[in-house]
Amino acid sequence: MSRRGWFSLILLAALLLAALLAPWLASQNPYDLATLDILDARLPPGSAALDHGGTYWLGTDAQGRDMLSAMLYGLRISLAVGVLSTLLALTAGVVLGLLAAWHGRWVDALIMRVVDIQLSFPAILLALVLLALTGPGVSKIVLALLAAQWAYYARTARSAALVECQKDYVAAARLLRLPTWRILLRHVLPNCLPTLLTVAALQLAAAISLEATLSFLGLGLPVTEPSLGLLIANGFQYLLSGRYWISVFPGLLLVVVLTCCNLLADALRQRADPREAGR
Amino acid sequence: MSGFMIRRLIQALLVLLTMSALVFVAVFAIGDPLALLVDPQADQHDIARVRRGLGLDQPWWVQYARFLGALVHGDLGRSFVHGEPAIRLVLERMPATLELAVAALLIALLVGVPLGLWVGLQPRSWSARLIDALSLLGFSLPTFWVGMMFIMLFGVWLGWLPTGGRGETTLWLGIPLSIGSLDGWRHLLLPALTLALFKCSLLLRLTASATREALRQDYVRFARARGLHPARIVFVHVFKNILIPIVTVSGLEFGSLIAFAVVTETVFAWPGMGKLLIEAIGQLDRPVVVAYLLVTVTLFVTINLAVDLLYALLDPRVRLRSRS
Repeated sequence: MSRRGWFSLILLAALLLAALLAPWLASQNPYDLATLDILDARLPPGSAALDHGGTYWLGTDAQGRDMLSAMLYGLRISLAVGVLSTLLALTAGVVLGLLAAWHGRWVDALIMRVVDIQLSFPAILLALVLLALTGPGVSKIVLALLAAQWAYYARTARSAALVECQKDYVAAARLLRLPTWRILLRHVLPNCLPTLLTVAALQLAAAISLEATLSFLGLGLPVTEPSLGLLIANGFQYLLSGRYWISVFPGLLLVVVLTCCNLLADALRQRADPREAGR
Repeated sequence: MSGFMIRRLIQALLVLLTMSALVFVAVFAIGDPLALLVDPQADQHDIARVRRGLGLDQPWWVQYARFLGALVHGDLGRSFVHGEPAIRLVLERMPATLELAVAALLIALLVGVPLGLWVGLQPRSWSARLIDALSLLGFSLPTFWVGMMFIMLFGVWLGWLPTGGRGETTLWLGIPLSIGSLDGWRHLLLPALTLALFKCSLLLRLTASATREALRQDYVRFARARGLHPARIVFVHVFKNILIPIVTVSGLEFGSLIAFAVVTETVFAWPGMGKLLIEAIGQLDRPVVVAYLLVTVTLFVTINLAVDLLYALLDPRVRLRSRS
């Protein structure tokens, strides 16, 4: 894999680790109201705290919350929602895509018609309508993202599997009378993985971005579990009065996460595409 | 060609019918609008009267049958909040959204395609590498955050451009548009740029990879061997062939621009139908949500149909395949 690919993978792993260790890394628990001091509200970056002598390196928000701590906790929620929904959508899409490719005929026609209709409808609108129905919540947004994204994996898995199923090793496995699930999971699926991983990295970025957008619109996560998107939304009203840090820093962190995912997807694509491998 | 068109038309109508059923079933489950409409101090009798008045006391299948019947007449019910026909509310806001989406698509095409062509032709030059890196960044920036940063930079710090609203509109054939006045242009610029950024990166990357692909083809080598001028090879032979994916993708992405306008309109307080949708969801205004969804689905189906026809015009292989 290219240097850029490795770089983004390592940075992404570091961010994941920071998110996992948020309770130990953050200087305060931003959602424990007892540790907040309203007198520290809306301090610019680098300000000293009034009573306990700590420093707010990235400033504080309207409740006197340390932005750095809030961002670590927000990253935790954003990544958890993104990774979980990506894994679920990948599983659902791959199962349906492989079934469509293997069975062909009406199974294929049925699944692919649903995929076509779904893909003609932008993911954000589908997720928006679903969330409007169910109301905010972590499990609900994961479901909405799953519903909005499975079709991409199904289409990719099907087209990759169709190519693989024509090959001699699948014919040989059939001649050995291996059970269907074993051929699909042990033989066909591993050969489809490079393309699927590229799509997964791209869709992970899309899922995290979509969650942030929906939370910004007030439809995603409840105020008690603020992801990066909600932190950015909270700072919107202060932006016009020049208190930029409440929105800008969570936004920058979000952009770093998304850029890493897209760089990784780019590197994976170049690796999977033999024509591009020499570049 | 006409057989192809008729088949696509029937398909489009079927999708439209399916979507109308799905939209109704989905939206039927949105919470009880009465909680919002009726004064909390009203008694049971008043609540029942309002419920009957809105037709909400009927079982869901009666409501759906009425909905379908009314749909044929272009009547999607009255907005619970505004008291006006929902479809009229949505259609009134549509020109603002379409204006924004068209402006964004034009920006994306005018910037993305030439830059993508350059990156595809000169992949090793430092400028192409820079553009490529920037396009990846543009691909990763969430629309709503970009909008906020634009507001901060151009609206608050520099004070060059207004931060919200549509500005002065002028009537063109009875439709209010912002592009008629300088004030309107100033209001349109930031939201259109925000909305365009992602699509611009997408078109840039698509054009670049299509160009690289086209340059490897035999017809390009042959044209070179014939000694044709490099500009002619690029602008006639290569460009004609990369036009097919560009047209398809920009057509399909136009639908997604309309969808993402929901976000941009909310950030910039642009009075389009996306902002109306977010307000309607917040107020549990079911008829407006249904009307918005049906209008956008109709738009998407029409766009897809137009893209398919254009595709058949551009690519003779599609026409020939459908004839046989």
